[in-house]
Amino acid sequence: MQITNNHHILLAHGAGGTAMRKMIEEVIVAPLGNDTLNKLGDGARLTLPGQSLVFTTDSFVVQPPIFPGGDLGKLSVCGTINDLAVMGAQPKFLSLSLILEEGLPLELLRRLVHSVAETAQAAGVQIVTGDTKVVPHGQCDQIYVNTSGIGAYPMGHGLCADAIVPGDALLVSGPIGDHAIAVLISRSDMPFETQVQSDCAPLGEMIGSVLKQHATVKWMRDPTRGGLAAALSELASGLSFGLLVEEPMIPVHASVKTVCELLGYDPVHLACEGRVLMVVEESGAEETLDTLRAHPLGRGAECIGRVTEEGAGIVRVLTESGGVRRLHRPAGELLPRIC
Amino acid sequence: MSTNPQNLPRLLESCRDVEHVSYMLRKIQELNLSRRVRLMEVCGGHTAAIYRYALHDILPDEIELISGPGCPVCVTPMEYVDHAMALAALPHVAVATFGDLVRVPGGGGSLADARANGADVRVVYSCADAVEMAAQNPSQLVVFLGIGFETTACTIAAALENAIERDIRNFNVLSALKTMPQALNVLLSAPDVGVDGLILPGHVTTITGLGCFEFIARDLGIPCVVSGFEPLDLMRSIYALSKQLVEERSDVENEYGRVARAEGNLAAQGAIERMFVPVKTGWRGLGKIENSGLDLRPEFAEWNAARIPVHVPRSHEPRGCRCGEILRGQLHPEECPLMGKRCTPETPVGACMVSSEGACAAAYQYGSYYADYE
Repeated sequence: MQITNNHHILLAHGAGGTAMRKMIEEVIVAPLGNDTLNKLGDGARLTLPGQSLVFTTDSFVVQPPIFPGGDLGKLSVCGTINDLAVMGAQPKFLSLSLILEEGLPLELLRRLVHSVAETAQAAGVQIVTGDTKVVPHGQCDQIYVNTSGIGAYPMGHGLCADAIVPGDALLVSGPIGDHAIAVLISRSDMPFETQVQSDCAPLGEMIGSVLKQHATVKWMRDPTRGGLAAALSELASGLSFGLLVEEPMIPVHASVKTVCELLGYDPVHLACEGRVLMVVEESGAEETLDTLRAHPLGRGAECIGRVTEEGAGIVRVLTESGGVRRLHRPAGELLPRIC
Repeated sequence: MSTNPQNLPRLLESCRDVEHVSYMLRKIQELNLSRRVRLMEVCGGHTAAIYRYALHDILPDEIELISGPGCPVCVTPMEYVDHAMALAALPHVAVATFGDLVRVPGGGGSLADARANGADVRVVYSCADAVEMAAQNPSQLVVFLGIGFETTACTIAAALENAIERDIRNFNVLSALKTMPQALNVLLSAPDVGVDGLILPGHVTTITGLGCFEFIARDLGIPCVVSGFEPLDLMRSIYALSKQLVEERSDVENEYGRVARAEGNLAAQGAIERMFVPVKTGWRGLGKIENSGLDLRPEFAEWNAARIPVHVPRSHEPRGCRCGEILRGQLHPEECPLMGKRCTPETPVGACMVSSEGACAAAYQYGSYYADYE
């Protein structure tokens, strides 16, 4: 009996959960693997004579291409900038590749490229190369974008995940889940209206100011697909310690909570596009929070938990009702085409 | 619909608050239960909340919670999935379904597999969306997969009535709708069932009212409490059941008075009666039960997808799957040998691992069985 589909790509293979991870490791990394790729970081750190670089790439298929708080153009720049920044690199140069569907309104393309330009300029990165392809009507959905990026490592103090020890604090730079809910609600089949705006934003400058001021930051990740839960699981899986998260401390906008209640989502599984999760040495946690909160993109920063001696390799959550349970990556297809 | 972001979270926060939950815990402890009691939460929504808020971790050892047959996707038998797959394979047919059902394995794969192979399978949030889909695509036959209990049956009845009034004939329903009282009768009348109290499904009761569950307390002597879905609701219901047990009585009590009324929702009951008739139907784990299903009334046969001739291959429950025992409360998900090994939400063997209301999915998502890819 066929229990699962081993022959076709399912939407779950793109959802940021276990299926995606497994597919990437078995189908993509296995035949291509090398020491740099095998790390599966948000980017690859490369050393050339006299200079360390971080190189990353990301594709964007968000639907609809314009959503509250952003659009595909802005998202394509932010996504790659943020991947570079959480690797501790100063984002410098981006490429821009477009796959366009025959019949795409030129006006939409102009708007998205304008948005790319605006976001890149504000973030101090340059788009230095690119490509376009046009495919016949029906062979892609309007427009898909790929950006690759190069950043200079390090910006400020470097990162060192090996130095993580029990007692270290887990910080998140603002309310989670805004991007996922903004995109979900803007889909025409959703009968809700909310004020939720995507948190989509380039984090290079904020992360740079944190890394320049604090040597206590050890690890960072931007919780995109799979949300905070996936980022925490990823962190825990590489540790010989555990993570304990206090649910009431996780910042979530009231309207995001409401939509989650109505649709049965857990905010920790929802994608952010302008938030960062950090592990910071206990002694530096308060100061780092202050630096984050002093930046417009980090005003809602909170300490949500800590690294613990017990529970090696796993994430536990203390729920708002006082019970402790496990926290996992989301399983299956949550929201296709969220980024 | 416009959501008010201010009020809902505040209400929910007070229903989840650790102080309130701890207060009820102390009240339960003060009852001094002299033995271990087994309380069945009938509804999958309760199961999900119990795991989500780690109530197992909070409750005293004397209270054992067991999951019942109240997850609609879980009790839907395999042949229904096979029937839906056969319909999805027809040209010009689009199958519209609630999301959870897409991943339930039938004998020949799941609807997700069918979709990956090119079948038109669409996830909708309500039956009304499927009616609109049919209205906008007159050349397609839209078959809505009607699964669920009284709570869902009334919304499908309303959507169906709307489709019939608008004469939308390319909208069909394949019904596997179920009603709860007869199934509970079969389940609880079995010898050595070992259920000391029932946490009754709050939303089913909101539709049906309390009367249809009276026989459980009166004839079977099992205490019943209608419960809401927040941690505080559940703690209050567990307290009320424990109190009945200590006082050696069995009544149907209503903890969910803010939503469920004794007489139920008469308009919803009316819609169900106008569109559906009780029929014998198959339950995974419980077998075929008289009058426990709802099918379209004969006068609406044209809207009934069961009239479409298709070959539905015979299939058997997968080897080793113990969903049946789990749905009867005879096995905890943690005790199934397939848990987290061969059976995970991404490679589900049985339906209880698929639905977010399934006991196995909840035990997996919130428990220690997660086969994380490390």
